Amino acid sequence: MRRAPKDTEESVRKITRRGLVMGGLMGGFAALLAGRMRYMQVDQADEFRLLAEENRIKFSLIPPERGLIFDRNGRPIAVNEQIYRVVIVPEDAGDLENTLARLRKIIPLTDEEAKKALEEMRRASPFLEYTIADRLSWEQLSEVAVNTPALPGISPEVGLSRHYPMLEDFAHVIGYVGRVSDYDLSKIEDPDPLLRLPQFQIGKVGVESKWEEPLRGKAGNRRIEVNASGRVMRELDRQQGISGTDLQLTVDSQLQNYVQARLGTESAAAMVMDVTNGDLLAIGSAPSFDPNLFVRGISVADYRDLTENDHRPLANKAAQGLYPPGSTFKMVTALAAMEAGVVTAGETFYCPGHKEVSGRRFHCWKRSGHGWVDLDGSLQQSCDVYYYELALKAGIENISAMAKKLGIGVRHDIPMSAVAEGIAPTKAWKAERYEQEWVVGDSLNASIGQGFVLASPLQLVVMAARLASGTQIEPRLVKSVDGRETPVKGLEPLDISPTALQQVRKGMYNVVNSSRGTARGSRIVAEGMTMAGKTGTSQVRSVVVRNQDVPWEQRDHALFVAFAPYDNPKYAVSVVVEHGGGGSAVAAPIARDVMLQALYGGLPPMEAYPSSSRWEVEQIRKDLKLREDLRQDASDRA
Amino acid sequence: MSYLEYNRETVPTGLSKVLYVNWALVVLLLAVCSVGFLMLFSVAGGSLSPWAEPQMKRFALGLVMMFIVAMVPIYFWRNMALLAYLGSLLLLVFVELFGDVGMGAQRWIDLGFMRLQPSEVAKITLVMLLAAYYDWLDVGKTSRPLWVILPVIIILVPTALVLKQPDLGTALLLVVGGAMVMFCAGVHWLYFGAVIASGAGLVTAVVASRGTTWQLLKDYQYRRIDTFLDPESDPLGAGYHITQSKIALGSGGWTGRGLMEGTQSRLNFLPEKHTDFIFTTLAEEFGFVGGVSLLVLYVLILAFCIVSALKNRDRFSSLLILGIAGTFFLFFAVNMSMVMGLAPVVGVPLPLVSYGGSAMIVLLGAFGLVQSAHIHRPRGRR
Repeated sequence: MRRAPKDTEESVRKITRRGLVMGGLMGGFAALLAGRMRYMQVDQADEFRLLAEENRIKFSLIPPERGLIFDRNGRPIAVNEQIYRVVIVPEDAGDLENTLARLRKIIPLTDEEAKKALEEMRRASPFLEYTIADRLSWEQLSEVAVNTPALPGISPEVGLSRHYPMLEDFAHVIGYVGRVSDYDLSKIEDPDPLLRLPQFQIGKVGVESKWEEPLRGKAGNRRIEVNASGRVMRELDRQQGISGTDLQLTVDSQLQNYVQARLGTESAAAMVMDVTNGDLLAIGSAPSFDPNLFVRGISVADYRDLTENDHRPLANKAAQGLYPPGSTFKMVTALAAMEAGVVTAGETFYCPGHKEVSGRRFHCWKRSGHGWVDLDGSLQQSCDVYYYELALKAGIENISAMAKKLGIGVRHDIPMSAVAEGIAPTKAWKAERYEQEWVVGDSLNASIGQGFVLASPLQLVVMAARLASGTQIEPRLVKSVDGRETPVKGLEPLDISPTALQQVRKGMYNVVNSSRGTARGSRIVAEGMTMAGKTGTSQVRSVVVRNQDVPWEQRDHALFVAFAPYDNPKYAVSVVVEHGGGGSAVAAPIARDVMLQALYGGLPPMEAYPSSSRWEVEQIRKDLKLREDLRQDASDRA
Repeated sequence: MSYLEYNRETVPTGLSKVLYVNWALVVLLLAVCSVGFLMLFSVAGGSLSPWAEPQMKRFALGLVMMFIVAMVPIYFWRNMALLAYLGSLLLLVFVELFGDVGMGAQRWIDLGFMRLQPSEVAKITLVMLLAAYYDWLDVGKTSRPLWVILPVIIILVPTALVLKQPDLGTALLLVVGGAMVMFCAGVHWLYFGAVIASGAGLVTAVVASRGTTWQLLKDYQYRRIDTFLDPESDPLGAGYHITQSKIALGSGGWTGRGLMEGTQSRLNFLPEKHTDFIFTTLAEEFGFVGGVSLLVLYVLILAFCIVSALKNRDRFSSLLILGIAGTFFLFFAVNMSMVMGLAPVVGVPLPLVSYGGSAMIVLLGAFGLVQSAHIHRPRGRR
């Protein structure tokens, strides 16, 4: 078909025109793209560069190694143990179910655990490590390691976990660590980011809790590059953290072990304190529990067993338990009266077995009465009426002040949980607490450590130590921090006349050693180790019935405070046996055994006991469950 | 002037045709494809597999195809236009019925050695048929309504099939590519005004239909529109791709971070980094300089095509070259706008650079047509 040339010319011209227009539009758009590129890449480059960095760089914390805790002889009581675990990276595992099935041939996992693991892994990012099994044996771990070619994505790992090698012995002193709870976080202002790590553990009770921050140390960190799915590509740099502070406590694990064993299944507390420097050598509280249970995460059943036990194994009776001190308080009353100048040591009072005050009759424990007694006799035989007389003369304010001077009604500064303040009552205290007038009967009750007076075994041992040393010695639990010795506090002499103190000490000597002393059965006959002490039996209820006839929880508390050697005091001991009965029968023998153990640095020879008690001591010793490793040590030293 | 009217004697024959190939254009294409190889090498972490090597093989295949197409006289291709168009329609129907589903759309026919996307072929066959149509049509009738409706139908049939897959990006390219040919053929301005107006109407309808029973687009397409309008609203979901893409592009700066140093692409923050978003990797690693260099290469290809088209006095050849150039332009313009956050994420690859067999071979085939038109252009009288 032929066309007119004109048409052709026109067609070509039109195409040229339109083609140029189109080309122009295209060129224009290309320029627009270039402009946009320039705007983003040049003008906004810094902003986008920052966003890109934020995308790829993440910080991750390196948990520091927790500080170790040793006893006074450098024996470890809280350590970090290597634990073996198996982790899996689901992305590398391929067929998860298959891999898990093969792993289960090596590590026993219940169907339930396996199912839970599978579910959790499917929910989480496939690049994140998942811990399948924790606390494996070395054998299991090595078997996994040998079989890694058949277990894609699975790798054996070594981590650190707190371990308490002394098991029950230090549960109440050291406490334990556990996972950080929401409650823990809510208590801390501006918490250390470490606390947010999923596996991180902090001190929950005891020294672990009170020294938490120094023990924890400082976290290190590493900058890592991650990809879009959060997988770690490489480490950019790393800053090592600072390990926690190591602590050395004043406790002696061998003595502690003995104390716990000696207290046995009783609900009881016993403390040993060095009167010369305040060192707490043993802080026994029975029954106890294994703190390692809490580190691993205690089972509901185990926890219920602990909380429902009427002997309260979780309670730290030594520092937080409060008991009426009973007759062990009589030294306080005696010193208060002598220091007030209202009585002298030789002055006698007549004990008819009771004392009539404002129409009420206050009994002596001995209904028939003690007759004429002076200070020495009153302590020896624990006459109550003598102290009623003293209380009437001295008044409660003097008694309370003396109690505080000797460490009762004062919160001692030791790093344990819930250290009790106790009560050394005054008129003002009662007015505030009960909105009631102080009556004279209250003073009489207080004079023999009943009524409002409450003291902890810790306060009782401090009292004994202060009486023995004549100084204001303060208890000390932390011996050194990272090798630096903590200062001894309270070496200044007590603000009490030395004569009065000596007279009281003499009384305490007679309690144990004189023929009529209440604790004569528990005397020590070894040369230079003579013990002085005071029994106490504090009433839990007001009606007097024979202890054997009432249920356990209504029986009297048995108490004993002591120091030895009498001539040159070294150790003070306090023992409280909840609902144990009489102080002389129950508490004093324990105190004697503990004291001898402390003095000898191990099991004492039988010759230290009076021949009359030896058979009994043998029997007790036979049943004693001491740690074999520590016993070996003791005999070496002996 | 029609092909029949010029002196056949002046058209080169046999091997001498090779001398008349537009070699500048070949070099430009090679350069662009090489940029693609380099980027595919880089996003694979400095490895020829899995992308760079297959891409090179396809490039070799495409290059051979380009020369074969180029050697065949352009009038043969004009005569084949209708057949090719109908063939591609058949393929589109076939893929609709039997194709493999990928990325939420039915797009591929698995040929064993490669996956063929009929929609890629349709882009070129559509341009061919339209060019042939206007070559056949009396110039005076170009703007008559009846003769305008016919090409519109020619455009809409493959568009409808592609939309059904659904592939919004390709549908857009088909419509605009076809419209460009019509525009160059000299259809009256008013028609385009009317289409743009009705297009605006359609957009309104699409927006209005959302959430109703007669919803015109799939939910994911609506979400893409939302994301486009406000990508920051959903940075981890729908807006993630575009946000990360902008970060990668922007962090490139003047000269980029260096080959394989782009953190965004290397650490997988970039989505589809070897296909639709490959330009961001280029921009991140070679910066503004690299990005603009590629843009310049593209513009040079366009320029060579347009010059060739305007010098060519054969109506079919001119329109075909302009149509192919326009389609090529749409490819890179839409893709770049997309990664720079100027257009919604519609799934258009970066021509000759993105990883993908169909697009590479079809585009090189199309440039074969451009070469054929160039080689066999009328010479001599006038």
